[in-house]
Amino acid sequence: MRALAGVSLSIGEGEFFGLLGPNGAGKTTLINVIAGLSRADAGAVQVMGADVVSEYRRARSMLGVVPQELVFDPFFSVRETLRLQSGYYGIRRNDAWIDEVMHHLDLAGKADANMRSLSGGMKRRVLVAQALVHKPPVIVLDEPTAGVDVELRQGLWQFIRGLNRDGHTIVLTTHYLEEAELHCNRIAMFKAGRVVALDSTRNLLRMFSGSQLRIRLDREELPAPFPGEVVSRDGTLFRIKLGNYGELETALTRLREAKVRILEIELQPPDLEEVFLRLTGQS
Amino acid sequence: MTSFWTLFSKELLRFLKVSVQTVAAPVLTSLLYLVIFGHAVAGRLQVYEGVPYTSFLVPGLVMMSVLQNAFANSSSSLIQSKITGNIVFVLMSPISYLEFFSAYVAAAVVRGLAVGAGVLAFTVWFVELKLEAPLWALAFGLLGAGLLGTLGLIAGICSEKIDQLAAFQNFVIMPLTFLSGVFYSIHSLPGFWQALSHANPFFYMVDGFRYGFFGVSDFPPGASLAVVAASFFVVSLLTLGLLKTGYKLRH
Repeated sequence: MRALAGVSLSIGEGEFFGLLGPNGAGKTTLINVIAGLSRADAGAVQVMGADVVSEYRRARSMLGVVPQELVFDPFFSVRETLRLQSGYYGIRRNDAWIDEVMHHLDLAGKADANMRSLSGGMKRRVLVAQALVHKPPVIVLDEPTAGVDVELRQGLWQFIRGLNRDGHTIVLTTHYLEEAELHCNRIAMFKAGRVVALDSTRNLLRMFSGSQLRIRLDREELPAPFPGEVVSRDGTLFRIKLGNYGELETALTRLREAKVRILEIELQPPDLEEVFLRLTGQS
Repeated sequence: MTSFWTLFSKELLRFLKVSVQTVAAPVLTSLLYLVIFGHAVAGRLQVYEGVPYTSFLVPGLVMMSVLQNAFANSSSSLIQSKITGNIVFVLMSPISYLEFFSAYVAAAVVRGLAVGAGVLAFTVWFVELKLEAPLWALAFGLLGAGLLGTLGLIAGICSEKIDQLAAFQNFVIMPLTFLSGVFYSIHSLPGFWQALSHANPFFYMVDGFRYGFFGVSDFPPGASLAVVAASFFVVSLLTLGLLKTGYKLRH
């Protein structure tokens, strides 16, 4: 079975990049190839110019990956885990940075706790900390907020956004589309191992998803002709998909001309979920 | 070198944190062998002239502990890391396959020698023992532990489940260890079995190690050392090849 086929993309330094797609689309396989956990049959991947196979030491030292699964070594405490991880990257006496990372991830109180005793959310924080111990310029987060409570999620994003502001490149896969919409500048959407869309988040929203007008009128019919596309109707409540904001102006003019009274009106902005569903053929 | 030292220290810490299970328990097992075999056979058997059977038995038991524990250390550590998934932390880091190999094997050697030293430390109180050629004993101890640590790495790499590793341990390592002359001299065996024993690399390790204590052996120690060193070299090359290609580690 081919997990990835013809994937070609380039992520710029300092970007906050999203990899989206349904389960089995190839996102984690791509991350595994970048991280050196899987070998591609053909093609090449570079991290900051270093080939992940022929220059794997340089490539891996510039990469921090938060794996999707909650993996940990039950023999060690949080601090020991982070010290060992620093050592794997050739860094000794890293306690100042380890303390700072633990502080940001609210792990300081658990520094000496054994990994086995931590909750799932805490283990997830340690995974994030492990990916950051060597201050990598490129950070890959594979579903970093899966199973994480709201409080941590917000703290985590604050920290990650701070790292991005400091120049770290962030590559994110998530099932929470609102997170991708909120944080990512650019998005690649995967389906069956292929990239089906690659553009800035703004362009994707503009191209594939129009605004939706939710409007309640004093009657059960819209004046004809009426701009946009009626998505649903429930008595006098209409949901109308508009291609652009110009159509909103036309719609309001048509209603005024037909002397139709507006009882309720709401304009819903474009939604990445709709883009996702349309591109991955799940709608 | 920091990467190597870190992985090596991690492997040491891993077994030291559970030293009751990884050091004390195998020492006790060997002492039980000594008590039972010493009681059952001593007085009825003399293998080397002037050497009581219990004295003959001790170096064999020490070497058996060294070999079995060196194997157990690298194999169990690797299979546990694979099963729990935490091997990714090492695989995603810039550690080279040579550092990976050296760290796992060196830690296996330390555990093997620690258990062997433990067995020796307890038995010298009860059994009269001399070290005629300590450097030979040390050389065989180091190379034997290295060879078994490397075999443990191969077993850990190739196994995907604990029972696959257990099969390797029960059907390969245990028979080769027990049939290596730990409890007897191969000269006491019929011709066919004597010849077959020479095909068992474990025999050279045990026999050479015993030479270090008594200055007497079934096979010339220099030749035994060459066999063990050559085996270590070949098995190491094979393991390095597996690690370099990422066989059953990187998919």
